Amino acid sequence: MPKLRVEDLYRIKGEVLRASALEAGKRSARITVHMGTCGISCGAEKVLKTIKTALDESGRKDMFITTSGCAGMCKKEPLVTIEKLGEEPIRYEEVDEKKAAQIFEKHVLGGEVIKEWAFAKGWEQKELAVEGAKTPPGAEEVPVSDKVRFFGVQELRVMRNRGIIDAEKIDEAIARDAYLGAAKALFQMSTAEIVQEMKTSGLRGRGGAGFPTGMKWEFCSKTKGDVKFVLCNADEGDPGAYMDRSVLESDPHAVLEGMLIGAKAIGAHMGYIYCRAEYPLAVKMLNLAIDQAREYGLLGKDILGSGFDFDIEVYRGAGAFVCGEETALMTSIEGKRGMPRPRPPFPAISGLWKKPTVLNNVETWANVPQIMIQGGKWYAGIGTQRSKGTKVFALTGDVNNVGLVEVPMGLPIRSIVEDVGGGIPKGRKFKAVQLGGPSGGCVPAEYLDAPVDYEAIMQLGAIVGSGGMIVIDDSKCIVDLARFFMDFCQDESCGKCPPCRVGTKKMLETLTKICEGNGKPSDIDNLQRWASSMRNSALCGLGQTASNPVLSTLRYFRPEYEAHIHEQRCPAGVCKALITYSINDVCTGCGMCLRVCPQEAITGEKKERHVINQEKCVRCGACRSVCKFDAVAVA
Amino acid sequence: MSQRVPVQQELAGAEEFTPEQLAKVDAIIAKYKGKPGSLIPVLEDIQEAIGYLPKEIQKRVALGLRIPLSEIYGVVTFYHFFTMVPRGRNIIRVCLGTACFVGGGAQILDLMTWNLKLQPGHTTPDRRFTLETVRCLGCCGLAPVVVINMDFHRQVKVGRIAKILEDYE
Repeated sequence: MPKLRVEDLYRIKGEVLRASALEAGKRSARITVHMGTCGISCGAEKVLKTIKTALDESGRKDMFITTSGCAGMCKKEPLVTIEKLGEEPIRYEEVDEKKAAQIFEKHVLGGEVIKEWAFAKGWEQKELAVEGAKTPPGAEEVPVSDKVRFFGVQELRVMRNRGIIDAEKIDEAIARDAYLGAAKALFQMSTAEIVQEMKTSGLRGRGGAGFPTGMKWEFCSKTKGDVKFVLCNADEGDPGAYMDRSVLESDPHAVLEGMLIGAKAIGAHMGYIYCRAEYPLAVKMLNLAIDQAREYGLLGKDILGSGFDFDIEVYRGAGAFVCGEETALMTSIEGKRGMPRPRPPFPAISGLWKKPTVLNNVETWANVPQIMIQGGKWYAGIGTQRSKGTKVFALTGDVNNVGLVEVPMGLPIRSIVEDVGGGIPKGRKFKAVQLGGPSGGCVPAEYLDAPVDYEAIMQLGAIVGSGGMIVIDDSKCIVDLARFFMDFCQDESCGKCPPCRVGTKKMLETLTKICEGNGKPSDIDNLQRWASSMRNSALCGLGQTASNPVLSTLRYFRPEYEAHIHEQRCPAGVCKALITYSINDVCTGCGMCLRVCPQEAITGEKKERHVINQEKCVRCGACRSVCKFDAVAVA
Repeated sequence: MSQRVPVQQELAGAEEFTPEQLAKVDAIIAKYKGKPGSLIPVLEDIQEAIGYLPKEIQKRVALGLRIPLSEIYGVVTFYHFFTMVPRGRNIIRVCLGTACFVGGGAQILDLMTWNLKLQPGHTTPDRRFTLETVRCLGCCGLAPVVVINMDFHRQVKVGRIAKILEDYE
């Protein structure tokens, strides 16, 4: 394979666009199966196989199948998009093998949309729309993509290729302008100009701390040294956040290109991507993308003929949350226990192997190419005064629409939870939204109008963090949730510095005591005291922020803590030691609970009311979960 | 960070490996030798090849890579991914990430524990199952998630657990 020049990028783009565009007499339909980790785990591979077989049997040569990564609507996977010549594309949800066969038969061949399974029509991004496309028959009532509330408020920049390109084919990425930003940076811009463009954009680190990316690059570019490194933090350990996985799986070239631009800016020739071991598909996609980029001469020696050398290696983590902290990550790449080290010196001065290093996370890197192409001013065109551009959130928990959401900075949190999320299922009530994972905090209903902005959210006692957004309904106990996060931090504390090692342990013990009904009134003061010493004295971000979930829940839900301590009562009915289960007279005697009870604590004749033996009951709640009649009460 | 191992299980880890297995281990060490920072990839590859990392294998790595055994032991016990005891034929991983926790993951784990009479981190005596917990697999849209070997089970309900386990021998 000959190494590419810049004009080749445009040539490939033209070829791909011509070869994939629907055209009368040649290509009449495109079928896209979306295959991220979520889609695959829900059976997307079987769906793909079914459609392939059906297409082969039909003998139609004018139709083709493509695959792409995650389409963003995770709860409705597997998703399939059908686009026919001259018609708007239709997106189907929760497709299985049977549905796939019917969709192919009725819609692809027959031309009639199956409206019961379709959830959106039209293009998610306006610039992709084909002019004059008609609504296919049967889809009159299917909502238009940008009118669907889930998609309506989104602004796709990082995820601009989601559901569109096949990540295994570099040509498809090039057709969506991949490496044009790098070409511009390599041939037309000096290092100072690249740094200036980044500073103009106002982009801040998307991994959690929100440090201005341009400034970080500037420090490192000014540090003297002939060997420097750029690193990508893909150790997305924050439970409940998975936007980085999605970007790596569906658009790895955006990350590689971003790193290439960063390398030029600081004068590095080697880069590492530290990816967590829990993401096997992401590692596979990255390695594939790197191989293809090397083959095209987009990585390696003399990139695009510019004389600039840069290469990237993927480094697989081994399961340690603390390795998401920058200095711990570097120690881990060096092959040691991933423990943080004190800063200063900052990595921009002395990082990996003691060389000047720039570390950014996946989402940050993926923003860079577009900033080069469209300019820093364009990027800063949306957002608030101090937070520019867009942020991807992983909206999960007790909401109807679970998925990845990219929204402009400054949008009220309410808009994400209510418009995109589409309300709370099972008729329950909203209680809080948890932002930022184990380093973050809860935001209750009355502050939902706060904008998505680093400073505004910090004032509420939470953080934007890496973008986990978990909605909690009123059936969840807030003390139990705080205990859950502290359990996580205690388990993941590396043990190097005592404030974190001892502090997380003490806090976990106290929270467990409160959940078991053995809390004392002094416990709340103790929690607050330990929290402030940890914040002031822990070595790294993990320890400094580990108390945030406790502090923020104490701030907004103190009465719930007090109910546990003073009345030995768990208002949400969650904490095992403080509740009892009983079966009321709604019971029909169906026997479901009896079969599922791991303790054989439930007895009763068929069609008669069942009884729970309280001595045997371990309060696992299985009976309550399986009961279809709401006959198991908790008190 | 990793859980303390009972003495019997640790002894069980000192079983003899076949010459083929040891050859694989040596090949992996040779492949990475001399490359700075290669300890973790070496251990990952070896664990993939032979299943776990008992002390005798760690000693082999120490001699091969010329790294102190203490350092290797330190790394093996630091990262969750590494194990010093053999695991079962089927590895059950119950996700306890935030979304799964909110979605009832802890209850699923409780029931697994009762059903299999097995604490997390341990293996059944017949080595049919190893029960583990994991902090977020990044598919929060499917919560609560249980992964057995490479199969994802989504939105797992308590009533279905026994049925799911039946499929794994």
